[in-house]
Amino acid sequence: MTAYVPIELTRSRSAGADRAFTLFTAGAAWLVLLLLGATALSMAWGGRLAFQTFGLDFITSPDWDAVQGKFGALVPIYGTLVTSAIALIIAFPVSIGIALFLTEIAPRWSRGPIGIAVELLAAIPSIIYGMWGLFVFAPFMGANVEPWLTEHLGDWPILGPLFNGPPIGIGTLTAGIVLGIMIIPFIAAVARDVFAEVPAPLKEAAVALGSTRWEVLTKVTLPYTRSAIIGAIFLGLGRALGETMAVTFVLGNAHDLSASLLMPSNSIAAAIANEFTEADSELYRSSLIALAFLLFVVTLIVLSFAKLLLLRLKRIHGRTL
Amino acid sequence: MRKSLWALPIVALLAACGSNQSAGTKAAPSGAAITGAGSTFVYPVLSAWAADYAKQTGTKVNYQSIGSGGGVSQVKAGTVDFGATDQPLAADELAKSKLAQFPVVIGGIVAVVNLSGTQSGKLRLTGPVLADIYAGKIKTWNDPAIVQANPGMHLPGAAIAVVHRSDGSGTTFNFTHYLSQVSPTWKAGPGEGKTVAWPTGVGGKGNEGVAGYVKQIPNSIGYVEYAYALQGGMIYAALQNAAGSFVTPSAETFSNAAASADWANAKDFDLVMTNAPGANAYPITATTFVLMPTGPADKAKSKAALDFFRFALEHGKDQATKLDYVPLPATLVQQIETYVGQKIK
Repeated sequence: MTAYVPIELTRSRSAGADRAFTLFTAGAAWLVLLLLGATALSMAWGGRLAFQTFGLDFITSPDWDAVQGKFGALVPIYGTLVTSAIALIIAFPVSIGIALFLTEIAPRWSRGPIGIAVELLAAIPSIIYGMWGLFVFAPFMGANVEPWLTEHLGDWPILGPLFNGPPIGIGTLTAGIVLGIMIIPFIAAVARDVFAEVPAPLKEAAVALGSTRWEVLTKVTLPYTRSAIIGAIFLGLGRALGETMAVTFVLGNAHDLSASLLMPSNSIAAAIANEFTEADSELYRSSLIALAFLLFVVTLIVLSFAKLLLLRLKRIHGRTL
Repeated sequence: MRKSLWALPIVALLAACGSNQSAGTKAAPSGAAITGAGSTFVYPVLSAWAADYAKQTGTKVNYQSIGSGGGVSQVKAGTVDFGATDQPLAADELAKSKLAQFPVVIGGIVAVVNLSGTQSGKLRLTGPVLADIYAGKIKTWNDPAIVQANPGMHLPGAAIAVVHRSDGSGTTFNFTHYLSQVSPTWKAGPGEGKTVAWPTGVGGKGNEGVAGYVKQIPNSIGYVEYAYALQGGMIYAALQNAAGSFVTPSAETFSNAAASADWANAKDFDLVMTNAPGANAYPITATTFVLMPTGPADKAKSKAALDFFRFALEHGKDQATKLDYVPLPATLVQQIETYVGQKIK
């Protein structure tokens, strides 16, 4: 997104090395594309039996019955999208808050330690988040948060069904919150870096015109960095969609379709991790590979949507960071 | 220039393939070691036997606990010397894939609960009640069907949180096989298999996952292998057996089940021991079976593997008992030795 000027290189003694370097970088870039294409193709090929057998039903059916040999991906797709959405709803405000505090508000001496703490969150392996979720967070949710939600929001007209269910602590909501905590450092780190890139003269000018701190944030910093922030959010979302271990621990791994966020559900990545080892029929295995392909498609759709959003924003607001 | 940009990644890919291949050949087992793969249920005792056997004879046994389904497909493909599965194969499937099958060890699956005010073996459940709990038909602990089996016990009105396995598993096969035998509606509904379409509940990965969930969720019920319930200090229920008496899981009640099962008439030992008829037999008793090719390509290794299992069945009893499994009854071991002598050439 930063503009660059191609430099015309004159032919010199280093031209050979230069050419080799160009080849190397181009090779690295093409390799990624090739691997990506090969992965998508091999998953589509591996899942062809499931797609042939069930057709469109594979995406729209909530059945997942290995005994009868009926497989449908609706529950895992739904679970993946809903947990990721909850994660974003939680992670977005918190990450932006962290980034703004670190760049604009925090005393200079405290920026380093807090920044490192946020980055350390990103270094924790996801299985640790899963175990913490299961042993510490899920009992807390089951004992305190979920009964409160059912009691106070359970009979609301539209939101009500989301919060009705047994308070067992394991389910879509808990998984979404754990995922949210996991993606905070990714969004916060990028957001902090782009906020730091806002030119000081812009902010100083706003202050000189009598803006309060809040006005500087909302009128200068945020509009200036809008597209980079959206990029950061989708980076976090991409991670949430594919997260496996942490989700497996707290989501409940049940192929049940329920409106309630307190009920157990399943996600694409968790279903694959759980079931692949003992998937002993051809169709079962093919269905799991087809699930992997669908995760690929879902991620691609979400990221393309992000790209479109960025293009639209650019057209409306002109070039930003 | 353009052409070479395209060519480079292909070269890199080829190089990657090449290195993969050499890694593959390196990982192949050396001639002396016996290789096996399959059931996770049998892994602790099989690795203990392997360690003892290596100490005595110097022959190594390399067992990968990749799951029963994986064990079956690996031995069919001929990549391992033996496979291990918790779900026996039918005689015609064995004949088709030219495999022999025999049991090696017995274990039990217990219903564990997280219910305040009860102790191990005190809560009594009948087979149909257990099936109805897992079907989501019995929803609370003070349901009349549970109260009837537990006169005088205080049972809370709390909702039952059902916990099952999320991964395919021989434990689930034996558990659902039992439920199918005692409940016609279960048989018609979810049925039996290594993984079924559970009508209700949350899924935990592995025995440790189910044990973890049951410990975390108040008023829950789950099913795990006996050893997990013992080691985790979990509260298990007494189950009503086919003879009508309530029995608690123990090495003794498991061997009663094994002794009362009709092994002599089971072709290729294709027998699932659940709901065994003995008066004091525990109803959900499970067996792990070993699969070996009847006409092995490498006769020396097949013989080495058979020697290992002969050692395990004859001298591995203490080791099995120590790990909360039950060794096979002597009559069954004799039947196995005759069978193996006839089948594997």
